[in-house]
Amino acid sequence: MMKPANSNAAASAAAKDGATQEFVTVFVGETMFGLAINRVHDVFIPTGITPVPLAPPEIVGLLNLRGRVVTAICLRRRLGMPRAQTQGAGMAIGLEQAGETFGLVVDGVGEVLKLGPDTHEAVPINLDARWRNLALGVHRLDGKLLVILDVDGLLSFGAERAEASAA
Amino acid sequence: MDDLLREFLTESSEHLDTVDTELVRFEQDPNNETILRNIFRLVHTIKGTCGFLGLPRLEALAHAAETLMGRFRDGMPATGASVTLILATLDRLKAILADLEIAGTEPAGSDDDLIEALDRMSAGEIPAAQTQAPVAAPPPPPEPVLPPPVERELKPGEVSLDDLEAAFLAAPGPDDEPATVPAPLPVPAAAPVLAAAPASTPAPVAAAPVAASAPAPAAVQKADAPAPAATEGGEGLAKVQTIRVNVDTLEHLMTMVSELVLTRNQLLEIARRHEDSSYKVPLQRLSHVTAELQEGVMKTRMQPIGNAWQKLPRVVRDLSAELGKQIELVMLGAETELDRQVLDVIKDPLTHMVRNSADHGLESTAARVAAGKPARGTIRLAAYHEGGTITIEIADDGKGLDLAAIRRKAVERGLASQGDVEKMTDAQVAKFIFHAGFSTAAAVTSVSGRGVGMDVVKTNIETIGGVIDINTQAGRGTTFTIKIPLTLAIVAALIVRAGESRFAVPQVAVLELVRVDPTAPQKIERINGAPVLRLRERLLPIVTLTSLLGQEAGEAETHSGFVVVAQVGRQRFGILVDEVFHTEEIVVKPMSSKLRHLSLFAGNTILGDGAVVLIVDPNGVARQVSQSTQAGAIPAEIEAEEVEAGEAKTTLLVFKGGNGAFKAVPLSLVTRLEEIDAAKVEWLGGRPLIQYRGRLMPLVVADEAIQIRTEGTQALVVFSDGERAMGLVVDQIVDIVEERLDIEIAAERSDLIGSAVLRGRATDIINIAHFLPLAYDDWARGSRRPTKLSKTLLLVDDSAFFRDMLTPVLKAAGFGVITADGAERALAILAGETRVDVVVTDLEMPGSTGFDLVAAIRGAGQPIAGLPVIGLSSAVGAETVDRARRLAISDLVAKFDRSGLIAALAEIEAPALAQAA
Repeated sequence: MMKPANSNAAASAAAKDGATQEFVTVFVGETMFGLAINRVHDVFIPTGITPVPLAPPEIVGLLNLRGRVVTAICLRRRLGMPRAQTQGAGMAIGLEQAGETFGLVVDGVGEVLKLGPDTHEAVPINLDARWRNLALGVHRLDGKLLVILDVDGLLSFGAERAEASAA
Repeated sequence: MDDLLREFLTESSEHLDTVDTELVRFEQDPNNETILRNIFRLVHTIKGTCGFLGLPRLEALAHAAETLMGRFRDGMPATGASVTLILATLDRLKAILADLEIAGTEPAGSDDDLIEALDRMSAGEIPAAQTQAPVAAPPPPPEPVLPPPVERELKPGEVSLDDLEAAFLAAPGPDDEPATVPAPLPVPAAAPVLAAAPASTPAPVAAAPVAASAPAPAAVQKADAPAPAATEGGEGLAKVQTIRVNVDTLEHLMTMVSELVLTRNQLLEIARRHEDSSYKVPLQRLSHVTAELQEGVMKTRMQPIGNAWQKLPRVVRDLSAELGKQIELVMLGAETELDRQVLDVIKDPLTHMVRNSADHGLESTAARVAAGKPARGTIRLAAYHEGGTITIEIADDGKGLDLAAIRRKAVERGLASQGDVEKMTDAQVAKFIFHAGFSTAAAVTSVSGRGVGMDVVKTNIETIGGVIDINTQAGRGTTFTIKIPLTLAIVAALIVRAGESRFAVPQVAVLELVRVDPTAPQKIERINGAPVLRLRERLLPIVTLTSLLGQEAGEAETHSGFVVVAQVGRQRFGILVDEVFHTEEIVVKPMSSKLRHLSLFAGNTILGDGAVVLIVDPNGVARQVSQSTQAGAIPAEIEAEEVEAGEAKTTLLVFKGGNGAFKAVPLSLVTRLEEIDAAKVEWLGGRPLIQYRGRLMPLVVADEAIQIRTEGTQALVVFSDGERAMGLVVDQIVDIVEERLDIEIAAERSDLIGSAVLRGRATDIINIAHFLPLAYDDWARGSRRPTKLSKTLLLVDDSAFFRDMLTPVLKAAGFGVITADGAERALAILAGETRVDVVVTDLEMPGSTGFDLVAAIRGAGQPIAGLPVIGLSSAVGAETVDRARRLAISDLVAKFDRSGLIAALAEIEAPALAQAA
């Protein structure tokens, strides 16, 4: 579970080098996203979430994952996507950053894909700015596109907002 | 950096700190040989180790300083200048050590200036010293004024002075030929691990602790703590067996124990739910062991607060010189232990506050003398345990805070309005000094006065869940009291529920719990919407946790639940929660970095049942409270309300009408309350009747929503009037209350007089005048009214309510009723066209009283002067009776005695009718 966390910079560099990379695929609605596997510590079903009043909207709440307090972040809200029609339990991806554990709440978790540079594309420029900042690239798959997400970017919304308000 | 060097750095900086403190002490008590020897030994150690490690700069400096100190030992008087010089040398040593720590090598540079000065000092003063005192003069006993010098025991790995001396004499100094053989010197500063090795070194090693030292937590705590002991000259080598442990290791241990505590709590929670007792005993044992382990690990993190005070004597000495004030620093309870994490946080605030006390608190020596105080000002630091907290006091005997200046400054800076400031208590005013940039100092000195600091102090203390309080007396001094938790890791907390969620409230801030309920004596009242609670003759501002958290709360929720009475500093407030569960020892986990900006929460924790709850920060709540309510304004308003409450009270019968609505009627109008068998209700011509005391009594429903029951019992309120009676059908009789009536008159409703708030419930006051005709119009009115309406009655009462209440009664008694709301109106009516046969007047009216009215009537011409008058009074005393007799008032009737009034009228009626006949 406690794998050393590689930085995203290393991950994207690897993509350029042409090495094969592994991604954990997750779903939000119909869209498929990929997260670098070396950043994923856990996949779990989020239960017993304690909502945090006054918290940023992205934060669903806090939950207890084997004795650790995990901050649950809703990927849907993080990406500014519309609310889900069905309120399922969903799944959560355990991520770590700076010694803290976060749980990224998604609709579902798919298989682990091994992808090479041949299917990799840069982020299309016409993407929503919010998505463009959070995506590292897109992989063309059979009948589907896989958007690779920047894990550190996903987890850095607090600072982003602070900067925005400071500016 | 190798381990040896790291060990040296840690040891040396500790030694230098000690030397700092001891030097200041030595300056005050130059004849105390113990202190001098202690200093000498420490500098020796540093110098020796530097030589061994090949650090020439440090060695040369230490050597020069040591030489000068050697002169002191030989009897040279320790002057202020020489001590200052040594202190400066120590500062240089520290600076070099700091660079060494970063770079791993000694920084380049020259210390010739200091060395030269030191050499000159030690050389130049020798003759003077020799002439002054013989070298071997026995030192006089230490002055009793000073506290006994802190003498530290030798740590393992250190050697006694004598041993060191012997070794040192053999060691080549920097002035000798280049040091090639540092071997003879043992490594006193190195880790004890090494101490086992140098068995072959020439100098005796004081301790070889590795073999014997057990890594028990209790022993570990001593590692960083110089234990104060009274051994003379460090001779008694009572060895405390210790090892140095990396702080990270301790932190990790602490985290693990925290997890263990959580797991234990979870197990206990499960055990509570199950009856199976087979594992209760081992669980109890586990619980016990966990508690002890927790305590043990906590102890390893504990350090005496004296560690944070170590630098203060030096600070005060320097300030004293700089400010030209004589300052004495008294430190009490330095051995009080607290968590090192807490210690780190309060270190700087404490130093700052002592600086402040020295600069602002204490007056100049001249001013002190002028004020008749001792010339030497005192700053007293005291620390002691109190419950689960540690209290630190910083007191000065200076001039106290200039509250007038603070008030003025607060207004100037727009922190409060002039009015607010005047209403505030001194304690509240004093708190302004915690505002950023607030300073009343006339002049900015290099020490303080820039207005930075106290706000930082407060913030620092609050971040660790502490509170700070000020007590100031003009001319007597100022005392700051800081209360901080012993540890930040585990706290006792109250688990409460607000809305959907549970929260933990640290118990340190909780004074008591009060159950509130609209029907209970303790209930929430509102002033312009702001909830308050009367608590033992004091008014407590209330905040609801749900509204603080931005959640909407139902009306019912804001009135019932529990009030957690909390105190932060001098500010006392109540947090209204829906439910209180229990207290629990919780492990405080820091808030996620994404949520740290929420000042209302101090962290989060995992409860015994595995749920995550947020820990409410009382300091954050206090800030919210003071923002939303102006604490100073409340008491004045509530007093006004209480004065009004002193007015006359009315006894009312409260019952339930249709749809559960509360209704009330003055009890004085009610004849009887009945519960009848519903089967006895008969219907006659579409009207309900019952046989009641041998007569038929009509029933009238109190409102349309009430259905007369067909089975079971039916509650009735019986109003009777002479021979006639009416039953008011109500749903349920609730209560009899005595309260001040404050009726809001209802418009367009003849069945209601209005509504009032009784016992916290909105209650309709029904108008009997509406119901009596309903019962009687077809069978009572026709037969009686013509004969009775011949007489006209003037009813005088200032209260519209009583006029409305009595009018139907009097009408039913056969009088034509004219009403007047006061004496003037009554006299106008009497002087008018209408013929009045009898006057009924309230004797207690505002403005002209009933007596005034009667006097005016008696003074008027006939026929008015001879009118019979009945006085209504709520208090019939001897004096009232006497006055009434003189004014020829026919009868005095208690205000609510309806039948008494009817009887009195009947008495008047008889002779009056006879006269007319």
